[in-house]
Amino acid sequence: MAMIDTEIKVTPQLAAEHGLTPDEYARIQKILGRDPNFTELGIFSVMWSEHCSYKSSRVHLKRLPTSGAHVVQGPGENAGVVDIGDGLVAVFKIESHNHPSFVEPFQGAATGVGGILRDIFTMGARPIAVLDSLRFGPLAPGPGAGNATEEEVARNRHILDGVVRGIAFYGNCFGVPTVGGEVLFEPCYSNNPLVNALALGIARREDLFFARARGEGNPVIYVGAKTGRDGIHGASLLASAEFSEESQQKRPNVQVGDPFMEKLLLEACLEAMQTGAVVAIQDMGAAGLTSSSSEMASRGGLGIEIELARVPQRESGMTPYEMMLSESQERMLLVAERGRERGVFDVFHKWGLDAVEVGKVTNDGKLRVLHHGQVAAEIPAHALAEEGPRYERPVAAPQASPAVSAPLVEFTRRGTDLTENFRRLLASPAIASKYWITEQYDSMVRTNTRVGPGSGDAAVLRLKGTKRALALSTDGNGRWAFLSPRLGAMHAVAEAARNVACTGARPVAATNCLNFGNPEKPEVMWQFTQAIDGTAEACRVLETPITGGNVSFYNETLGKPIYPTPVLGVLGLLENSDNALGSAFRNEGDAIILLEAGGRAGSFEHVKREFSSTEYSKTIHGIVAGAPPAIDLAAEKRLIDCLVKLAAERAAVSAHDVSDGGLAVTIAESCFASDGLSAQVSLGAAHPDAPVEPILFGERGARAVVSASRDSLAQVSAIAAQYDVAAEQIGRVTHGAFQIEFRGAPVINEDISLLRRVWDKSLQEALESA
Amino acid sequence: MKFGVVVFPGSNCDDDAYQAIRTVVGQPVEFIWHQSEEVSRFDAIILPGGFAFGDYLRTGAIARFSPVMRAVERFARSGGLVLGICNGFQILLEAGLLPGAMLRNKRLRFLCRQVHIRVENTDTPFTCAARRGQVLEIPIAHMEGNYFCDAAALAELMRNEQIIFRYVHPDGTSAAVDDFDANPNGALDAIAGICNRERNVLGLMPHPERAAELPLGSSDGLVIFRSIVESLSLAASKAKSVPQAVSA
Repeated sequence: MAMIDTEIKVTPQLAAEHGLTPDEYARIQKILGRDPNFTELGIFSVMWSEHCSYKSSRVHLKRLPTSGAHVVQGPGENAGVVDIGDGLVAVFKIESHNHPSFVEPFQGAATGVGGILRDIFTMGARPIAVLDSLRFGPLAPGPGAGNATEEEVARNRHILDGVVRGIAFYGNCFGVPTVGGEVLFEPCYSNNPLVNALALGIARREDLFFARARGEGNPVIYVGAKTGRDGIHGASLLASAEFSEESQQKRPNVQVGDPFMEKLLLEACLEAMQTGAVVAIQDMGAAGLTSSSSEMASRGGLGIEIELARVPQRESGMTPYEMMLSESQERMLLVAERGRERGVFDVFHKWGLDAVEVGKVTNDGKLRVLHHGQVAAEIPAHALAEEGPRYERPVAAPQASPAVSAPLVEFTRRGTDLTENFRRLLASPAIASKYWITEQYDSMVRTNTRVGPGSGDAAVLRLKGTKRALALSTDGNGRWAFLSPRLGAMHAVAEAARNVACTGARPVAATNCLNFGNPEKPEVMWQFTQAIDGTAEACRVLETPITGGNVSFYNETLGKPIYPTPVLGVLGLLENSDNALGSAFRNEGDAIILLEAGGRAGSFEHVKREFSSTEYSKTIHGIVAGAPPAIDLAAEKRLIDCLVKLAAERAAVSAHDVSDGGLAVTIAESCFASDGLSAQVSLGAAHPDAPVEPILFGERGARAVVSASRDSLAQVSAIAAQYDVAAEQIGRVTHGAFQIEFRGAPVINEDISLLRRVWDKSLQEALESA
Repeated sequence: MKFGVVVFPGSNCDDDAYQAIRTVVGQPVEFIWHQSEEVSRFDAIILPGGFAFGDYLRTGAIARFSPVMRAVERFARSGGLVLGICNGFQILLEAGLLPGAMLRNKRLRFLCRQVHIRVENTDTPFTCAARRGQVLEIPIAHMEGNYFCDAAALAELMRNEQIIFRYVHPDGTSAAVDDFDANPNGALDAIAGICNRERNVLGLMPHPERAAELPLGSSDGLVIFRSIVESLSLAASKAKSVPQAVSA
């Protein structure tokens, strides 16, 4: 067979334009034993892009704990797999779609959801839930918004609106409930929003599928949407480079999503898998046809040959280069058993989808791409998929960050209206109700949602046909990771696990999405390695191994990186779904109990340092400084065990962890989630010297607020004592005024319905009034 | 009582309706593929929620041409019970089995939330087990649920008491057209569900199958399925008694 002689001559300069370094280019020449042709250059450039190859992160990711009692499949497949009993497995992963969502918010977010859903059902699991962890720039000028201009905040609102609509568009039509996640705001995300989507699926353990080609001569079948020119170089040029002023010109690099097509693909794939004729299957995500073919071949230790002329195309005159690099959505590549392919075709045709034999499995270990019979590319599959560059990039701790040494919060003098500050805190977009966003998502389809958006610390999904339920939460505080990447990452793990435990579920596994700046900068790599170490330590202690995830580098625009933002998704298992706890207070007269597993706050200076990193400090004082709260992982573990026990014994009727906004916000949120209940709380007696603000609004971890009937108080105390957790009754559930006393004097006093209104309407007003 | 749940390629509440009927209501139920042309073996047919053919053009606009819709139309004309939920309601409108049309929600956004609807007429096979004026808490989840018809059609609906459900406040008081807290999509006359003149075809935007079990938030939707079962049993026992009456 003759090699196609493309007209475009490959030169080192062309390689550089493809994002390949001179060393990488030399390595390609060595692997091939010759110069690559244009198509091959394109193939290498996407497979060896940061996005696909993890070349900067892989050496560090090895430090993460990835095995545990429940783990069936750790990192390396399309998604992690966890045993959840009753013969079932949970398949889950989180992934970023940050850059596309900035360039084209609606489609960027939509295809982010589409991509992660395919990762789940390509393993044979039916998706049952999606969560979205979102970060945007400020929506309005003011304290905490940096010096954002009107133009900037207007664009941020536009981005948020597009992202939310995109997520809704895709998930609602596909038929998967969007049940949770978080939405946070910091000035650093103005030109680089974060859109991290987590999907969870369920399969019977024996029905799992893997992306490993088997059987020389077996047919390779292309299914789903036709291939077009969209998304070419999405992975390499969009996801693996910083943004510049010209980034808006990259809009054509963003893919276009068709959730109806994905729904057909889901049903057809699951049905085809049931025929027993499918040997391996892999979705065409980043780097499309290239990655799916080379990865299936490489994992199976075999080769794959495909004929591009047979690929269903929606545009004419496409070159091999374009077809191999297209990131058209809603496509899959599968290997079937020779002789049984008819059954596979029948299923796809029933669902009205293209299914075409485009090639075969070979035994020569090569990815061979033909175009009308002529060889367009021939590359050793393993070298392409697995032997990409690995970098130990330089790591250097930054000069002391200005924020770390910036002036700290000065505590309030007498006479400050804390009720007014509390109202402002409740109105801040990070804390305000996200209902305006979450009601645009179908959170109930598939009728499994026991605890949905806004009603608990984690989403809880029952497993039909069993007594069990799964709980899921995503968390990550970029501001804290900026002040201390290691502590910030530990808090992300701890908070996600704590949230899961608040519903009564035991945390069993985790997935992470690591959003960072340019890895070629030593201080960014330092943030990254610190965050890895923090994640690893916390996951070990909390027994939540990392089963997969995604690294997103180059989150920078015009040289300014985002806050390092590790986002953790933690999965929990609830033995009896009837024991699931929400965050809402339930009955007037119930006791409000603060559970505290950690030690007491430190010195006055220490408290100031920690308090300067809080949401209150940012919102009320415009100060982001100091350090995140110190963390005690053993205490976090004891609190988690205590919360799980309280739910299992039905001792508590609600549970809500203390996080953004501190204790006052936690208690208020349990009121807001309830049916019109309020609270009367008395604080400070145990801290005779402490200033009032850190007690009300401090964000130290290892704490949660539960409510229980008076009859259960002794039981709650006994269980808490069993786990060495302090349980202090701080108030009771009431009607009417929301009152917090500090050492006997009222410091917050306001009608609950007025507070609720502020919290309820703030986001809507920010987004709709403009 | 045999229920059939139609499956269009993009139906996504088909399984929810199936599960509610089988495990909660406890009646036999089968799926009906959209290319099926024979549905006469069923006692009641449900057109479930979802995005039948992606609905990129107009909700239900393509689904109404499915082979199964010809069969459903025959089934309805011969008096069979047809319940359209959400997308199913939209398809019934497109197919002309119910009057009117759906506009996009007034605020042009998809809305998923618990709403309250009032049972306006219990003289139908879908509401006979409910009380007139009963308020049901049932979720909605749609982008196009803003019901519209012209003044003459509305007058006709009222005259024949075809408006079966209206969006209301939790205490059952009526909602104005622009009262988005109670009438979230801005539907004409706060209409949430209507039936045909013959009372055997009902469409509603809220999802009763999502309100069938208390642990998921509400079981108020069950009354609709129970009504169907009750009216079918009544019809069956009448059918049995008719020949006896003739012979006597």
